[in-house]
Amino acid sequence: MTAEIIVVTSGKGGVGKTTTSASLATGLAMAGKKTAVIDFDVGLRNLDLIMGCERRVVYDFVNVVHGEATLKQSLIKDKRYDNLYVLAASQTRDKDALTMEGVEKVLDGLSAEGFEYVVCDSPAGIEKGAHLAMYFADHAVVVVNPEVSSVRDSDRILGLLASKTRRAEKGETPVTQHLLLTRYNPARVAIGEMLSVKDVEEILGIEVVGVIPESENVLTASNNGIPVIVDANSQAGQAYGDTVARILGEERPLRFIDVPRKGFLQRVFGG
Amino acid sequence: MGILDFLKRKPEATATVARERLRIIVAQERSTRGAPDYLPMMRNELLEVIKKYVHVDLDAININFERDSGHEILELSVTLPEGKQAAKGENKDEARTG
Repeated sequence: MTAEIIVVTSGKGGVGKTTTSASLATGLAMAGKKTAVIDFDVGLRNLDLIMGCERRVVYDFVNVVHGEATLKQSLIKDKRYDNLYVLAASQTRDKDALTMEGVEKVLDGLSAEGFEYVVCDSPAGIEKGAHLAMYFADHAVVVVNPEVSSVRDSDRILGLLASKTRRAEKGETPVTQHLLLTRYNPARVAIGEMLSVKDVEEILGIEVVGVIPESENVLTASNNGIPVIVDANSQAGQAYGDTVARILGEERPLRFIDVPRKGFLQRVFGG
Repeated sequence: MGILDFLKRKPEATATVARERLRIIVAQERSTRGAPDYLPMMRNELLEVIKKYVHVDLDAININFERDSGHEILELSVTLPEGKQAAKGENKDEARTG
């Protein structure tokens, strides 16, 4: 059986790729899928922190690519979910340490180990690391913020997914594109200060697979090294839950995209 | 929104400005996506040649690149200014190469 490969990418940095990769991988594991999540950001390892396994990294992705460690030695088993594993990026090597053949070898190895999903956390930019992260993908989650530079960069990434991936080069069914709008603030959208879901969908010509509201819980989760999807009480966690369900083919309405209704007194006096 | 917020509120909706700017730049970048790297340079050189005869600015040259199955179309349109300089007939010329 071949693992489904999902790249989480954006072009622009700081939009929530790693937060999304961690929650997506955890969500897939919560749904019972054997899942691995790989950090492609060689030199700037961060997924391990967000997943809360930074002190358990012994071998990394580059060690496997270069045959210095086996896949089994390098995969870090998640503390919460038995079927979830993390493959950390190298912190000491430079970004040329990854090769196309090496990445393919690792992905094939994961399929052989019975993994159903592999989530590839792409570095920012459109250079080699980002190219390798998207090259073998079956699905892409393009993370975008409702902000001009992020929207423009994501359009560029959508173009690359349609031309610079294995599926595109071999003329196979194109990479399935999922647009994920993060850091959404419905109150600012309501007063015309922020691009709306509809605006972003119209500009990019693609529907969103989810909308993650801007939430203090995201920072709390990363402080604690627990993917925000685990926090079932937070809106961001629930929105990620919905997103994973949609990627797995379930239909769910969008939530948390409107300003909560206020009572009469709140409306008169503010707050 | 409370009374104080209402009084302090600025009428300008910047999201509308962002949307319109993005519509234009995304459409422009898509039209040249996958096109050869020399396109922007060629556009500038063409502009220099055209400028010898007519006064036009960079925005007047529009390059569109399309890839159909098997062949590529490079579409170039130059909008000439209205008035004396463009008095000879049409004010829009189109050149197509296959």
